[in-house]
Amino acid sequence: MSTAIAARAARSPRGMVLSAVLILAALAIPLFANGYALEVLSEAWFYVLLCLGLNIVVGFAGLLDLGYAAFFAVGAYTAGLVTLKLGLSFWFSLPLAVIAASIAGVIIGGPTLRLRSDYLAIVTLGFGEMVRIAVRNLAVTGGASGLVGISRPYLFGYKLDTIGSYYYIFLALALLAVAASHRLENSRIGRAWKYVRSDEDAARAMGINHAAVKLSAYMLGAIFASIGGCFYAAKMTAIAPETFNFNQSLLILLGVVLGGRGKIPGVMLGAIVVVVAPEVFRDIGSMRMLVFALSLLLIMLLRPAGIWPERWRWG
Amino acid sequence: MALLDIAGLSLGFGGIEVLRAFDFAVEAGSITSLIGPNGAGKTSVFNCLTGFYRPRAGRISLGGTRIDGLAPHRVTRLGLARTFQNLRLFRELTAAENVMAGRHCRTGASALDAMLGTRRHRHEEAEIAAAARHWLGFVGIIEAADRTAGSLPYGHQRRVEWARALATEPRLLLLDEPAAGLNVGEKEELVALMRRIRDELGITILLIEHDMGLVMQVSEHIGVLDHGRKIAEGTPERVQNDPLVIEAYLGRDDDDASAAA
Repeated sequence: MSTAIAARAARSPRGMVLSAVLILAALAIPLFANGYALEVLSEAWFYVLLCLGLNIVVGFAGLLDLGYAAFFAVGAYTAGLVTLKLGLSFWFSLPLAVIAASIAGVIIGGPTLRLRSDYLAIVTLGFGEMVRIAVRNLAVTGGASGLVGISRPYLFGYKLDTIGSYYYIFLALALLAVAASHRLENSRIGRAWKYVRSDEDAARAMGINHAAVKLSAYMLGAIFASIGGCFYAAKMTAIAPETFNFNQSLLILLGVVLGGRGKIPGVMLGAIVVVVAPEVFRDIGSMRMLVFALSLLLIMLLRPAGIWPERWRWG
Repeated sequence: MALLDIAGLSLGFGGIEVLRAFDFAVEAGSITSLIGPNGAGKTSVFNCLTGFYRPRAGRISLGGTRIDGLAPHRVTRLGLARTFQNLRLFRELTAAENVMAGRHCRTGASALDAMLGTRRHRHEEAEIAAAARHWLGFVGIIEAADRTAGSLPYGHQRRVEWARALATEPRLLLLDEPAAGLNVGEKEELVALMRRIRDELGITILLIEHDMGLVMQVSEHIGVLDHGRKIAEGTPERVQNDPLVIEAYLGRDDDDASAAA
């Protein structure tokens, strides 16, 4: 223990200085970056939030989820319906989205409690597609064309209608997600996720209700995505079902796995890579997705546990 | 009254009968053993007690409360903890994190408590961390606290499992073949540790064990299981001299049997 505490003490001030420098840099970026760069980086922060949410399910609790975009859709459509159909302020959509996401988390979590790996993948994939097809066919959600004309929210009397304001919103959400993930990981519930991931029967023998623990992982992961979805709807002012398709779920999962599931800084890095890398390759034209795919393959071959994996995957 | 009371326990899978009307009691404050040849059904008894198997018939009471049919986590909360025949540690987590698992059922901070960093969360985290160190100290491997459980030597892994079980504050501790794979010196330490658990902590122990020397040395009461039936029980002396027990372990001598007939 003395070694670990000493190591933490040695690492901690440096880590804090590094984090502070990175946060200051992130705060200063809008002062000199152009609109295009801010768009890309806002999306990167947004993906940090989504990937950290999915990391609770995939990284901490070790459950596969191929339909995570559905929870993102739940948040976005809640915001759209609250502002357009109910005529309420955008801010009412946040508590409602949390409630809706919790229910959706239980709906997907409940039937899958007894399933493992391949079966879990199929059911979550199906759930994601069901949500997308449902909003595509319902009149209230605007069918295939979705919801248009979602009003921009006000914050402290200031209308959120510039890319700069959304840059800061998504940066703040990403930082909140990091803080929440960190606290969850080092908590009674966070450890319970890892116990169930490691050995479900041993966890049960230790007095852990594995069903409740798995459900809480799905619910919390869903809440992260739905809060992100609310602000996504506010930023875009228009949402359509195709945003929440299987590719979206896959891209979020890619961020988690590429970065290193279970490791918060790794997942953040993965999220930024999946957003920024295709933009960096934009100059090479039509070949860019091929180059992106090849570099992903290369990373996974060289670092199968992710770029920055959780400690145990090394040993 | 007995701490653990098993009455008419029957267990089967399809057409196979694993346990047949098994009656057994464990007195509070005792070290009791369950022995029998391989496949006799000993571990199945443990799995019924801890809620992993659902018996076909019978009742199990712990301190007067019926526990048969309850889910494993509820049984643990009522004061029954176990170790596994083949170690079941959370191998990629540290020894301390493993022992912390035992505190889960005695604490209650929610995910919201954790995210908001409430007083309850902070108090419990301090208590959980202290308990992990306390129990690792009790089993004598405090220096291993921050090492991943899977990287520890075998004997230490066993101790982590004990510490994890003790952290749940059990009234009855079930040990499934605790001496398997240990050398002579480690077995001596195991006997001493079992006695400390009973004498200092007042925890009753029920163990399954194949090492007869150890069983006879440490147990006050022994039950013998063969083909899912209890064939004998009593003090070590009595069980050792029971003809049915000798037959179950060594087989019948056919010459003697035919001569007698």
